Amino acid sequence: MKILHDNSAPADPFDLRRHRVHEAEGRGRRAFALFQAARHAGPLVWIVPAHSPELPMLRGLPRGVGERLYLCRPTGETDLLWCVEEALRSSPVALVIAEPSSQLSLTAGRRLQLAAEAGRTTGLMLTRKEAGSNATETRWSCESAASPAADSTLQHWGLIKNKKGTTGSWVLNWNGATAAFDLVSEAGERCEPAATAR
Amino acid sequence: MSLADARAICPDLATRPADLAREAAALASLRRWASRYAPMVGTDGVDGLMADISGVPHLFGGEELLRDDLHARLERAGLHAASSIAGTRGAAHALARHGGGIVADGRLVEGIGHLPVAALRVDHATAEALARVGLARIADLAQLPRAPLARRFGAGLVLRLDQALGAQSEPVAAEPDAPHFGVRMTLPEPIGKQEDVMAGLVRLLNRLCAKLAATHRGARRVRLELRRVDRGTAQIEIGLARPMRDPARIAALFTKGVDEIDSGFGIDALRLSAPVTEALAPEQIGGGPAIRHEDALADLMSSLGNRIGFDRVLRFLPATSLIPERSFILAPAAYSTPEPISYRAGSKRPITVFPPEPVTTTSGTPPASFRWRRMRFTTLRATGPERITPEWWFDDPAWRTGLRDYWRIETQEGPRLWLFVTPQSQGWNGPPDSSWPAPASAQNWYVQGEFA
Repeated sequence: MKILHDNSAPADPFDLRRHRVHEAEGRGRRAFALFQAARHAGPLVWIVPAHSPELPMLRGLPRGVGERLYLCRPTGETDLLWCVEEALRSSPVALVIAEPSSQLSLTAGRRLQLAAEAGRTTGLMLTRKEAGSNATETRWSCESAASPAADSTLQHWGLIKNKKGTTGSWVLNWNGATAAFDLVSEAGERCEPAATAR
Repeated sequence: MSLADARAICPDLATRPADLAREAAALASLRRWASRYAPMVGTDGVDGLMADISGVPHLFGGEELLRDDLHARLERAGLHAASSIAGTRGAAHALARHGGGIVADGRLVEGIGHLPVAALRVDHATAEALARVGLARIADLAQLPRAPLARRFGAGLVLRLDQALGAQSEPVAAEPDAPHFGVRMTLPEPIGKQEDVMAGLVRLLNRLCAKLAATHRGARRVRLELRRVDRGTAQIEIGLARPMRDPARIAALFTKGVDEIDSGFGIDALRLSAPVTEALAPEQIGGGPAIRHEDALADLMSSLGNRIGFDRVLRFLPATSLIPERSFILAPAAYSTPEPISYRAGSKRPITVFPPEPVTTTSGTPPASFRWRRMRFTTLRATGPERITPEWWFDDPAWRTGLRDYWRIETQEGPRLWLFVTPQSQGWNGPPDSSWPAPASAQNWYVQGEFA
């Protein structure tokens, strides 16, 4: 079997592995998707169900994202997954963001992975809690956090599943306008137990 | 006859205004039909057709039989027509409008001599002047010397007379047909396999795209009609995200449609047409990566649009409005071009926006705590207010509650929400599109967006 991507760990913890499909859940998943959109150069496709009332607002998007963003609003889950697969198979698209409204099956997840490999694109599924597929490359848990200072917008992004690396948890400050971010080191919350078992 | 006179004679006369555009269209289609009689058929004024039938009549068995055939076919179609056959265009025009008939070869003067001079396509003033000097019929004019006639009535009369009598040539000018983007194929044996239909489609597409290329046009919609042996028809229509004439890329969009049709006992005819076309100048093909990139993106838009509808594949366009819902336009990507977005300084905007949802159990301004979507929030920090007044020149039902004060509320729980209050409508007026039963106080706070 041919390996289509390198196994070296990305330099930046928030770099999505190329040509794979990833998942993000939690209340801050749209912010995470826009953060990733700002980091990918090229056309972006955002697929939301037609019944979803929540739409991206053009003036609130990071710089340079609004011009290259295409929004698809298919009716029905089958059409939505078909759109995701078709967009992933199309090579000029840089990032495909989709909001499936029901649980992603293992078959659907695997198909999307194959489509992403064929089209050499990256996908990001914004799922509800525990509605993701096991075929995903990484899964992120994204929450926005209350910030002590007035001019900071803290995000708590945790990598809770990773097929080719370790998991992790970060608190960072992202202002929502560019791809730049500041990691906040003094978050003070440990994900691992303080003392390892002897 | 004037309309008043006609009404006086026949009181229940049905009248309707003339529709010149539709009459011209009907005449144009009749002209296309009349090309069965001659290769060169042109329109003659607003109410006539002129055909050059040189060398044709023997195919119909002679001039009389040709004319009978023409009249019989028009009669069957419900049209009453007058026609004539003559050696010159002028003579045929004159005779067709004064009784019709056939002028034998070489006997033009005898054939049209008895007609009034007005039949010679001269203007009304010349015809009057001729009548005043006693020249009422064409035969009277034909004998006269030309020079005094030209000096007195102008060269136009002499030209028309010469054209009618054959001294001056006058060809029939058939205007070019508008390009027709349709091709068809009839098969000797019915086919039913999907790959056979696709093979036939590719052959038709090659011909259609060659036609499109010759006229520098590209198709926006392509329709394939398949006729089954039991006379049923199936139809597949696809749309294209931008004008296109590349057979391979159009064929790819038909794959799903061909897959779904029911071929029944077999298909014995295919017809491919492009009902909507747009100008498409010749361009560099197979060029750099930028062109391939654009082509691939247009293909994606076409295939998405054909499955979920072109009005559901959208692109963001900026709009000059401060109202959040109208500060951007979602336009179909296939029918719009991207516009640059200017980043104005100003207060921050949320990343998602949705129709206003009321919050409950609020306290204070801005609310220190509230409930929204069955979750309890405590305000950590509030930024605002930013006052947005409704656009009074639009009657928007959502904005009938008057102006709004927008607040950016950072909550203790994490989410940063975009709340607004409507100070001009204290109490409960009913939210724009909800029917929540709620108590009458402190109910005019709504959430409309969520920040990053």
